[in-house]
Amino acid sequence: MIKRKVVIQDDLGLHARPAARLAETARKFKAKIYLKKGGQQVEAGSILDVLALACTKGTIIEICAEGEEAEKAVSEIAELLTQKIS
Amino acid sequence: MKQLKGIGVSPGVAIGPAYILLTGRIKITRRILKPEEVAREIRRFHRALEETIRDLEEVKKHIPSEMSQPLSIIDAHILMLKDPSLLRETERYIRESFMNAEWALRKVLSRYQQIFLTLGDFYLRERIHDLEHLIDKVILTLQGQNNQASLKEPAVIVAHDLSPADTARLRPDTTQAFVTEVGSRTSHTAIVARSLGIPAVVAVKGVTEAINPGDLLIVDGLSGEVIVNPTQEVIEEFLDRRLQCQERRAFLSKFAKEPAITTDGRRIAIRANIELLDEIPLALEFGAEGVGLYRTEYLYVTRRDLPDEEELYRSYRQVVESLHPQLVTFRTLDIGGDKFAQELDLPEEINPALGLRAIRLCLRNPSLFRTQLRAILRASLFGRVRIMFPMISGLGELRLAKEILAKVAEELRQEGVILQELPSLGVMIEVPSAVAVADLLAREVDFFSIGTNDLIQYALAIDRGNEEVAHLYEPLHPGILRLIKQIVEAGHAEGIEVAMCGEMAGEIFCVPLLVGFGLDELSMNPQTIPAVKNLVRRLSFEDCKNLVKEALNLPTPEDIRALLLDWFKKRGLTPLWEGH
Repeated sequence: MIKRKVVIQDDLGLHARPAARLAETARKFKAKIYLKKGGQQVEAGSILDVLALACTKGTIIEICAEGEEAEKAVSEIAELLTQKIS
Repeated sequence: MKQLKGIGVSPGVAIGPAYILLTGRIKITRRILKPEEVAREIRRFHRALEETIRDLEEVKKHIPSEMSQPLSIIDAHILMLKDPSLLRETERYIRESFMNAEWALRKVLSRYQQIFLTLGDFYLRERIHDLEHLIDKVILTLQGQNNQASLKEPAVIVAHDLSPADTARLRPDTTQAFVTEVGSRTSHTAIVARSLGIPAVVAVKGVTEAINPGDLLIVDGLSGEVIVNPTQEVIEEFLDRRLQCQERRAFLSKFAKEPAITTDGRRIAIRANIELLDEIPLALEFGAEGVGLYRTEYLYVTRRDLPDEEELYRSYRQVVESLHPQLVTFRTLDIGGDKFAQELDLPEEINPALGLRAIRLCLRNPSLFRTQLRAILRASLFGRVRIMFPMISGLGELRLAKEILAKVAEELRQEGVILQELPSLGVMIEVPSAVAVADLLAREVDFFSIGTNDLIQYALAIDRGNEEVAHLYEPLHPGILRLIKQIVEAGHAEGIEVAMCGEMAGEIFCVPLLVGFGLDELSMNPQTIPAVKNLVRRLSFEDCKNLVKEALNLPTPEDIRALLLDWFKKRGLTPLWEGH
């Protein structure tokens, strides 16, 4: 299991557009990828669950991945979450 | 002929037959599956999903690639329909509870509705409506009713509500406008309509009942008017107006971004009145030199609890950053206590216009005020910010408000926020007593902004909402013109700038007078900026000053109106309604 903590950088937080890009990226990988915030855990590929996590700017998120190319998945997603899209 | 009124959310005017689109409100029944039907039901569910996704892909093809906003919304919708969680949960209801797909989808939807309802962020909470629309679409497909008849003839779309995908599907060549029963300036639908340039009016109560298919409609996406079955006279007037508008608009937009400088070299700053982040690109497109009035009430009235500092800060910072290097003028909360009855435990008021509102409410509830000021000051680090207090009636209130501002700034500094210089500070001049003491106020602020809507209402003692007296509301009343003169002179005597941000500032007919009074800034609805700029460029300051002198000698509004008409005519200018 690969894990990495990141801080959401986008001013709008994880809103529809970044969440859509996240889901698209996660779906490219065969690895199982999750996001954890506090005690909640959701699939990174589920745009609905990611939106429902309500991650605002500054939220700390742990990315976890298991399986094929898990490391690559985590680093791509970490990059995405720390980008400023808006 | 019937007239309906809603909120104009996407400017433009259109005329055409009504096309009623039935959306939402689908009746579904619960069916209990036999175990052997489960596999078939899951396949049926997947087919409906795929078909809905194909529909959305089709919609995407009709949207030009430069329209990134509608495209990215539809992409997000497609991902929602492919959402692993949504699929898994729906299948689980079908498989384990033997529910038909429609019922299972509604169950999953209601689970998400509960979750989203608790989210603190208004924008995120609104996304549940996207999911509601999508699930309705899938259900319609499941029931084989999704044969949306495509529009062949140009028409005005009338619906209870439209999903962003519905809006996007409505191509500008066959859609002249749309009118919905629900919605707000910030629904995705409104945003998409604006970016597609389709005129739109939302929140028209009872519209789906009031209008029959084929009724002729005139829609004004700026004023929010919808006229049903207009008379021939009204139609002709409207067609003329539309043609003129189109020609003027094309002409004016060419020079929108040039400054407004009179023929004898006086520059007037032309700014925009806005309340939403998504209005900024349009305002800049129309040539706004910054924002002269940013209304801050939106984040307070769209929710039940009060927004916290972080939420306000994030929103303000975005506004400041999107306008940079142009400035933005935040008007602090200008709202009646009735909006907060629940939070602040305030009694109902008989006469709210003269009641506990705006700066009075803020001074009564310092924590409400401080939270907003902290957010504005923090956001001010990211660009050019001015602050103005609404409804100041005299020095006492101004000093109290300034004291709180100074304290808040000091606190922030102690917390390590590097506030080098504070934003310029102004007051709205909209209470007659503030005009009387304008000379005193001018010594203690950096600028004035005249709020004509309230000033006229208070000075003439006219409630614009009261039909019996609304016609007496008169910007050209000699009394009003004298008040304006007094304000400008008091401001200039102390060397501060004087702006106007009421509706009067955007009225073509009044502009020569306003220039002649010596106003330094006019702030208005973005759509009127190109026309006002164009007019200012054709005026001479000296000539306008003489006009003011003449006008101030006249006894009645009618005389002043006649003078203005004649003045325009002699200079070959058109004083017509030219806004949009």
